[in-house]
Amino acid sequence: MTNDGRNGEGGGTALLDVRDLKVEFRTRDGVAHAVNGVSYRVAPGETLAVLGESGSGKSVTAQAVMGILDSPPGRVTGGQVLFHGRDLLTLRREERRRIRGAKMAMIFQDALSALNPVLSVGAQLAEMFKVHEGTSRKEARGRAVELMERVGIPAARQRVGDYPHQFSGGMRQRIMIAMALALGPDLIIADEPTTALDVTVQAQVMDLLAELQRELTMGLILITHDLGVVADVADTIAVMYAGRIVETAPVHALYRVPAHPYTRGLLESIPRLDHKGRRLHAIKGLPPSLTAIPPGCPFHPRCPLAQDVCRTDPPPLYEAGPGRASACHFWKETLDGAR
Amino acid sequence: MPESYVPKEAIGHGDGGTAALAIGEAESLERRPSAAPPSAGPPGAPVGKPRSLWSDAWHDLRRNPVFVLSALVIVFLVVIAIWPQLIATGNPYRADLAKAQQGSQPGHPFGFDTQGRDVYTRVVYGARASITVGVCATTGAALLGSLLGGLAGFFGGWGDTLLSRLADIFFGIPVILGGLVFLSVVTSTTVWPVVGFIVLLGWPQVSRIARGSVVTAKQNDYVQAARALGAGNGRLLLRHIAPNAVAPVIVVATIALGTYIALEATLSYLGAGLKPPTVSWGIDISTASTYIRSAPHMLLWPAGALSITVLAFIMLGDAVRDALDPKLR
Amino acid sequence: MGRYVVRRLLQMIPVFIGSTFLIFFMVYALGDPVAAMFGDRAPDPATAAQIRRDLYLDQPLGKQYLHYMGQIFQGNFGTAFNGQSVTELMASAFPVTLRLTLIAIVLEMLVGITLGVFSGLRRGRGIDTSVLLLSLVVVSVPTFVSGYLLQFVFGVRWAWAAPSVSPEAPLNELLLPGLVLALVSLAYVTRLTRTSIAENVRADYVRTALAKGLPRHRVITRHLLRNSLIPVVTFIGTDIGALMGGAIVTERIFNIHGVGFQLYQGILRQNSPTVVGFVTILVLVFLLANLLVDLLYAVLDPRIRYA
Repeated sequence: MTNDGRNGEGGGTALLDVRDLKVEFRTRDGVAHAVNGVSYRVAPGETLAVLGESGSGKSVTAQAVMGILDSPPGRVTGGQVLFHGRDLLTLRREERRRIRGAKMAMIFQDALSALNPVLSVGAQLAEMFKVHEGTSRKEARGRAVELMERVGIPAARQRVGDYPHQFSGGMRQRIMIAMALALGPDLIIADEPTTALDVTVQAQVMDLLAELQRELTMGLILITHDLGVVADVADTIAVMYAGRIVETAPVHALYRVPAHPYTRGLLESIPRLDHKGRRLHAIKGLPPSLTAIPPGCPFHPRCPLAQDVCRTDPPPLYEAGPGRASACHFWKETLDGAR
Repeated sequence: MPESYVPKEAIGHGDGGTAALAIGEAESLERRPSAAPPSAGPPGAPVGKPRSLWSDAWHDLRRNPVFVLSALVIVFLVVIAIWPQLIATGNPYRADLAKAQQGSQPGHPFGFDTQGRDVYTRVVYGARASITVGVCATTGAALLGSLLGGLAGFFGGWGDTLLSRLADIFFGIPVILGGLVFLSVVTSTTVWPVVGFIVLLGWPQVSRIARGSVVTAKQNDYVQAARALGAGNGRLLLRHIAPNAVAPVIVVATIALGTYIALEATLSYLGAGLKPPTVSWGIDISTASTYIRSAPHMLLWPAGALSITVLAFIMLGDAVRDALDPKLR
Repeated sequence: MGRYVVRRLLQMIPVFIGSTFLIFFMVYALGDPVAAMFGDRAPDPATAAQIRRDLYLDQPLGKQYLHYMGQIFQGNFGTAFNGQSVTELMASAFPVTLRLTLIAIVLEMLVGITLGVFSGLRRGRGIDTSVLLLSLVVVSVPTFVSGYLLQFVFGVRWAWAAPSVSPEAPLNELLLPGLVLALVSLAYVTRLTRTSIAENVRADYVRTALAKGLPRHRVITRHLLRNSLIPVVTFIGTDIGALMGGAIVTERIFNIHGVGFQLYQGILRQNSPTVVGFVTILVLVFLLANLLVDLLYAVLDPRIRYA
C-alpha cells in the first residue's frame, strides 16, 4: 500500500491531511481491520465525498479523525491526521477536545437519536458556547436563537426551549447543522446527513449545508452511500472498500469514466433516466468480513477483471490521470473498457 | 401512557424476601457487549445454519460457567432434598441437651444447637422444606399467572382491565405483612399454606409479564396473517402466541424461585411460615438468633445454606435470562 | 396534566378499597379479635357479645368494613392492645420508620448509583464483574441473615454501632439498621444503574456530546447520567412505600419501635385495629408514592405526555 495517492487538484494548503490511517477493532471473532491505510486531504472550501457501502470503513475513518472512536474496542494503530499541519493523534486528550466541536464539527445521520432527548435544543446549542467560550448563560441562549434562525427554523425564539422530539425530521437535522456551525469550524464532517430524511426534505437540507459551506469557506467531508447526493455537491470523490480507498477522482471525471471495477459496479447498479430500459448490474457477492480480508486486492473475489496477480499482490494507488488515482492493477483496462 | 414505562415489576418490598416477589427488572433489556460496532461489523461473515432461540440459548448456557456452577448446586440440592440420608446419617430430631450449643467436634462438623441437636443433620434436612416450597410455589404462580395473564392479554376487554386492577391490589399489599396476617391464623404444620400464600401474591408478577408478551406477539404480522387465513383463537394462542410468552415467563419464574425460598425463610423466621416439627432453615435461624453472641455457629450454618440456595437459583435465572432474552438477537 | 392526576387519583380508589378490604377480611374474618382481647382466658359470653355489638362485629363483613372506613376518615383508628389509641401509636411509630426509610433511600442513591455508574462505564472489566457478582450475593442473602451478621460484626464484635436502637431512635443509631434495610434494594439500584448506563453509553447522543468537544465529566453527568437515571429514579420512588411497609424484619432485629415493630406486635396479639389501621396508611403511602413517580417521570423525560 502506498500513500502517494492524493486527491484534490494538487497545490493548495490542505486543511485536513489524513495519511495512511489504520484502525482496528478487537472483537470476539478476532481483530477487525476497519481502516487499512486510508489517505485523503481536504482543502478549505472543498467538498470531499467519501463513498462506500456500510462496513467499508468510511464512518470509522471519520470517527478516528474526530477522535470519537468507541475505544475500546476501537483503536488507531497507525498513520497521521494532520489538521492545519498539526498531527491530532499526537495531541493530549484535553488539547484534542478543545479542537473538537470548535474547529472541526460533525453532523450525524439520525438527528432524533443524535440529539439528547431530555435536553431542550436551546440548551444543547447553548452548551457549545458555554463550554468552549465560557459564555454566560443568557448570552449563550441568545446565540442559540440566532443559530436556529440562521439555519431557517421558523419562530426560533419561541421554539428554543422545545425538545428534539417536538421538531420534524428536517428541522431536527437543521438543528444538528446549527450545532456543528456554532463556533465557526474550519471543517465539517457530515455522516450520511440526509439518509434518514424524506426525499423532499433531503434536497433542502443538502442545499442549506452546501450554501453555508460556501459562505464560510469550510472544508466538508460528506460521507454517503448515495451517488445522487454526491454528484450535486462534491468536488472530489474517494471510494472506499474494505477499509481502503480504491479510487479518488474529481467528481465529474469519476462519473464519466470510473478507473476501478468496484466504482464501475456501483455506477452500473443505480437506475438512470438516460439509460432507461437497460438492465441494471448488481455487483456479485458480498463485501468481505473485516476479520478476514482476502489477500491481494480485497475486491478480487467479486471482480470481473481479476487475474492471478490480484489474488497475491495488493495494488498500490496508481496515478490514473489528472487528480485521480485507482487501486487496481488493471486501471488502464478499466478506463478503456468503460469508454 | 407513563404506566408502561414504569418498571413496576422492579418494586422491591424492602426487607429480604419481599424484594423477592418482585424482580423482573428493566434489566431484561440488558445487552451484551456487541462484537463490533455496527459500522465495522463483518457483513460478509459466513452465516452459520440458523438455530432456534432454544438451541441457541442452550448453546450459550453450556459455555457459561455461572450457569454450570449454579445448575450443579441446584441438582445437588434437589438430590439432598429427596434423599437427605445420602449425606447425613443422623436424626435431625435427636436431642442431647448435654451437648447444647457446643461447637464443632469429630462427627459433628457444624456443632450442636440449643437443644443439643446436630446442626449438620438439620442443615441437610432443611433443604427439603425450602426446595419444596420454592418449586411448588413457583410452579403454581407461573401456571396461574401465565394462564390469567395470557388470556387477559389475548382477549383484552373488561376481563383484562379487571385482572390488571386485581394485580394492582395484590401489588399494593406489602408481602411480608400480608404473609404475617394471613399465615398467623393458620394452624397447619405442612408447607401448603405457605405455598398457597406465595402463589396468591406471586401470580400478578408472572401475569404482567405473560400479558405483556402476549399483547406484543398478538400484533406480530405472522399472527395477523394466521388470523386472516382463518385460524381459530385456540390455534392462534397455542401455536403462534404461547411460544413467544414462554421464554420471559421462564426467566421470571427461575429468578422468583430463589426469592420465594428467601421469602419462606423470612416468614418462618417471623414465626408465620413453616412450623416445627418441619425442619426449616428459617426456624433454626430464628431460634439461633437469640444466642448469636454465645454460639454464632448455630446461626451461620443454616444461614449459609439458605443464602447459597437462593444465590444458586438467582444466578441460574440471571444466566437463563441473558441466554433467552430475544431482544439480543 | 391536571386531568391526568385526577384520573390517576380516581383509579387509585378501587385499588385502595381492594387492598384494605383484603387485609380487613384476613384480620377480621380469619381471626377472632374478641377472643384475642382476652388472651388465654375464656371470655364471659355476655361480655363477648356486648363487645361484638360495640365493635360492629355482629354485622356482615361488608357493613363492618364500611363502618370501619367511616371511622378512619373521621380520624378514629380504634384502640391498640395496650390501651393507647392507634393514632397515638402511629404518631410515635411513623416518624421513626420515616427516618429509617430516609437513611435507606439515601444509601441506595449514594452507594447504589455510584457503584452502578462505575461498573456501567467499565462494563466487562474486573470492577464490573465483581460489582455484578457482589450484587447477586447481596440480593441472595435474606435481610434477617444479613441483619444479624452486620449487627454481630459492627455492633458486637467491633462495637462501631449500637446493636440495638433506643426508643427515641436518633439518626446515628439508625445508620446500621438503615443499611440493613437498604441492602437488597441497593443491589437492585446498582444493577439497574449499571444496565442503564451501559446501554446509554453507546447511544448516539453521547457520541454527539463527545463530538461537541464537551469534557468527559460533562458528557457523563449532563448527558449520560440524566438519561440513564430515569428508570432508577422510578425504582427508588416506588421503593419508598415498599421500604416503609417492609421494615418488619429490620425493626425486629434492632428493636426499633417503628411501624414494622408495632405491626408485628399487633399481629402477634391479634389486635385488629392496629393492624388494619397501619396497613391502611401504608397502602395509601404506597399508592401516592407510585403516583408521584409517574409525575416525576414527565419532569425527567419530556417525551412523555400525560393525556
